[in-house]
Amino acid sequence: MSEHFDAIVVGAGPAGNSAAYTLAKAGLKVLQIERGEYSGSKNVQGAILYSDALEKIIPDFREDAPLERHVIEQRMWVLDDESCIGGTYRSADFSKPPYNRYTIIRSQFDRWFSKKVRDAGALVVCETTVLDLHMDGRCVVGVRTDRENGSVYADVVILADGVNSVLARKAGFRGELKPKDVALAVKEIHFLPEQTIEDRFNIKGTEGVVIEMAGKITQGMVGTGFLYTNKESVTIGVGCLLSDFKKSGIAPYALLEQMKAHPTIKPLLAGGEMKEYTAHLIPEGGYNAIPAIYGDGWLMAGDAGMFVNAVHREGSNLAMTTGRVAAETVIALKAQGKPMTAPHLAAYRKALNHSFVMKDMKKYKDVPEVMDKNRQFFTDYPRLVSQAARTLLTVDGVDKKTKERAIRKAFTGARSTFGLFADAFKLWRAFE
Amino acid sequence: MMRIEEKLFQNRYRVDPGRAHIEIADADVCAVHCKEKPCTFCCPAGCYAEDNGGRVTLITDGCLECGTCRVICGEHRNVRWEYPRGGYGILFKFG
Repeated sequence: MSEHFDAIVVGAGPAGNSAAYTLAKAGLKVLQIERGEYSGSKNVQGAILYSDALEKIIPDFREDAPLERHVIEQRMWVLDDESCIGGTYRSADFSKPPYNRYTIIRSQFDRWFSKKVRDAGALVVCETTVLDLHMDGRCVVGVRTDRENGSVYADVVILADGVNSVLARKAGFRGELKPKDVALAVKEIHFLPEQTIEDRFNIKGTEGVVIEMAGKITQGMVGTGFLYTNKESVTIGVGCLLSDFKKSGIAPYALLEQMKAHPTIKPLLAGGEMKEYTAHLIPEGGYNAIPAIYGDGWLMAGDAGMFVNAVHREGSNLAMTTGRVAAETVIALKAQGKPMTAPHLAAYRKALNHSFVMKDMKKYKDVPEVMDKNRQFFTDYPRLVSQAARTLLTVDGVDKKTKERAIRKAFTGARSTFGLFADAFKLWRAFE
Repeated sequence: MMRIEEKLFQNRYRVDPGRAHIEIADADVCAVHCKEKPCTFCCPAGCYAEDNGGRVTLITDGCLECGTCRVICGEHRNVRWEYPRGGYGILFKFG
């Protein structure tokens, strides 16, 4: 492996595959290195695929991509110990092709994407871990792998090696992750007969439902839970800030077990067979946690660059978009005969600034801090809302005015009148 | 309630015998200087345990390669963390 490449892509998740595919399609000589036995075998996600980001790379992906269900309904649940209050958006419009989002199983989807990368002409090498970057002064010139004589060189290296980005840390491009900037999510996949899933979730054919949850299930920690429907399985998971897990002393798998036992959730899983348990860190530090994403001879895409919109549960689409834009930056420089130096690669950051990626990241830049400092959104409010619903919906001879007074008293008792307005203002400021 | 061992039993691994990809750098730091020992309750695979003498033991066979132990040890930086050799470690069937 002593050849010279136009570009080396480290990692074969959505960011790495998008970058490698785009580069190879443009005729560049590309090497992609993946540590798993195949692309996808180390990758974990909920998982929802947003069509738009992939369409911009592979417009006809629907023809052969392994997709589970297209999402026609989203439920938002706030859970108390025993109860659940929430909202649903379901539309027949979501069942008209082309579909906007799908549930997917990552090991299968990534494997499909990897085949597209190879078909486009990239050399994909699996079962190979990149140990560190080769530098010439400040410039990245290649990578050192764990293969014998495993050094390879290229004009540019795209780091798409995920949230832990060992390479970026070793090279000093990025510091260690902070526990408050990452969520630890644990997830299980439960297999059920297709018919059972359709009956249980009121869907047919390839229609699917996603449920996002908050409240007591995170036991006061900043975090959310989810349940997604696949063809013959459902995935259920919960993620909270790692700094909160550290403080709470609650084991992540115990939190998931308690969530699965919730009276609203348990019947949805009944009779299922659990076939895999996974864990993953999600970069949720937002805009302020984005490190340097380019330098002399290198670019960074996907989770490695902290590109996750935690508010909207988007990540893989940001990974695909940053991977694609990184590749397009390299292709343009190559066409102009310009070297892959930091001043030239700055075009990558500029292009992202003009895209939805940085615009969305910027819009919610204060959310992580507001959530961290205002625990009431994960503790008091779910409880208060749930109690209010219970009070109003229990018919017991108490007149409605008295009930309303009791609810108001509960809210002001917990947060004070000023506190309620302040909380509303904080939310408005964070999300405006 | 399902135990962590039962959960991990469902997973597929290719263990690299004698080559742990994660190591505790200095056992004394855990035993003497770290009171909280967050790795023993934050690791989602339960790879870390505290023995009766207050020492932390690590068995990486069930590791899910998430990075939690390294990030959580921010104060002491006592976790030497690398990915397994190519092809080894957790092999997700579904991910």
